[in-house]
Amino acid sequence: MTWKETEKIIRKRFSDKIQKWIVHNKNRIYVDIRPDDLVEFSRFIFDELHARFIIASGVDTPRGGVEILYHFDFFQLPQVFSLRVFVKKPGLEIESVAPAIKGTEWIEREIAELFGVRFKNHPNPAHLLLPEDWPEGKYPLRRDQ
Amino acid sequence: MSEIIPIGPYHPLQEEPEFFRLHVEGEKVVKLDIDIGYNHRGVEKLAESKSWDQVVFLVERICGICSTSHPAASVLAMEDLAEIEAPERAQYIRTVICELERLHSHLLWLGLAGHFLGYNTVWMWSWKYRETVCDIFEKVTGNRQSYAMFKAGGVRRDIQDMDIPWIRSSLEKLKPALDMFKGAVMDDPVLHARTKGIGVLTPKQAKDYCVVGPIARASGIAIDVRKDNPYFAYDWVKWDRVVLQEGDVFAKAAIRILEMYESIKIIEQCLNQMKSGPIDMKVKELPPGEGIGRAEAPRGEVFHYIVSDGSNFPVRYKIRAPSYVNIFSNEVACIGYQVADAALILAAFDPCYCCTERMVAVEPKTQRKIYTGHDLIRLSHEKTFGIKKELGLT
Repeated sequence: MTWKETEKIIRKRFSDKIQKWIVHNKNRIYVDIRPDDLVEFSRFIFDELHARFIIASGVDTPRGGVEILYHFDFFQLPQVFSLRVFVKKPGLEIESVAPAIKGTEWIEREIAELFGVRFKNHPNPAHLLLPEDWPEGKYPLRRDQ
Repeated sequence: MSEIIPIGPYHPLQEEPEFFRLHVEGEKVVKLDIDIGYNHRGVEKLAESKSWDQVVFLVERICGICSTSHPAASVLAMEDLAEIEAPERAQYIRTVICELERLHSHLLWLGLAGHFLGYNTVWMWSWKYRETVCDIFEKVTGNRQSYAMFKAGGVRRDIQDMDIPWIRSSLEKLKPALDMFKGAVMDDPVLHARTKGIGVLTPKQAKDYCVVGPIARASGIAIDVRKDNPYFAYDWVKWDRVVLQEGDVFAKAAIRILEMYESIKIIEQCLNQMKSGPIDMKVKELPPGEGIGRAEAPRGEVFHYIVSDGSNFPVRYKIRAPSYVNIFSNEVACIGYQVADAALILAAFDPCYCCTERMVAVEPKTQRKIYTGHDLIRLSHEKTFGIKKELGLT
């Protein structure tokens, strides 16, 4: 499938859920969506469009929340497709993608411990990098601490 | 009742320390727990306190074996952010460096794999020819490892025209060695018995665990950043991506051997096509925004994501090394095989832990059996010798 076809399917399927479609350049696309739509969106592109999950990245922003990007690419296509969600403080809660995509399990554990984001329904919400006796409520990559 | 064999955590593997807990019933592995983070260095946090120029040197120190993959992804991310492209000659030089690194990394792995299997001759020969590659590195970059060649907008050192004939003849000498390794691995009945059908990762599992690099390509998933999202000079030269279907240890070894031929092909073409010209360009400040860089390291895709606020320091620097996704898939690749094979399966992913003897068990509360790295290598050797005996080769 070409990128044009892929883009068309995604735009059609999620026309009401895409908040912003940003083309940084022809190979880098960022799409803003609501946190509630993330699981459905990722599951669809992973199962139906054979997207590969690359990694997720978190950034603590001064706008009162943590921005999480789920980066995907599509089989043999050059585009990196990044789904961007904004998780608000103080709750910092979002539904986990791990039940839908096994490969997101580790990075969600990492974001949880480094940023304090709580991933609901994560299959194994243990520490990944930090030791088990790491103090509660201390998050190394948070800027407000 | 399953028994637990802990492996790790404090041995420095080839690249990163990990802790594997093998749950076994008799000789069979029934479950695998993986713990990482024993030597978390906080490079991402550290990068936020380094200037963009320094970041390239910092990420070069993430891995000692594929030390140029991270700078490659890093400069690509910065160039993506600044929307610039390095000059043509710089792109060729970068490609040569990346492919030389693939050669030395695959030869290193091949040597260790030979050692685990009880083929110490393969180990010695493979590392002997790795020296040739390191010599080229020394001549071209001044260093055998951590070459410090890359910077945003170009490279730091040129490849001198007078060195090119020598580089070509050194590569020429590597070819018969590769033929020898190919023969040693592909035609050896004992190696077939030890590696075929062992540690199989099915295409479905490979997709679910989102694996990359030779691990994905050994399971029939034809992904390679060099082809899919060509960077540097990869789409200016002719080469093939190597894909096999079996997903076992044999396929993972074969992929690496066959990829070395492609690497030599790429380097030779780069040296032929390279025209004289500038090797870098002036990069002013990086603008605010975000950038993504990805490069195909010997072990798979390296991914860097950067956020800039227009200052001289990154706001966020996210790094995803290939082993981060590949190791995780050991959870399924080891299940159902013997302990003697588990050592090999974990090694086939390329973070080889068996290379040291510093693996000792913990678990003081229970009376669990303790296996050291030495025990695992011994188990693996015994199995190889057992097969040799059966085949009447000893």
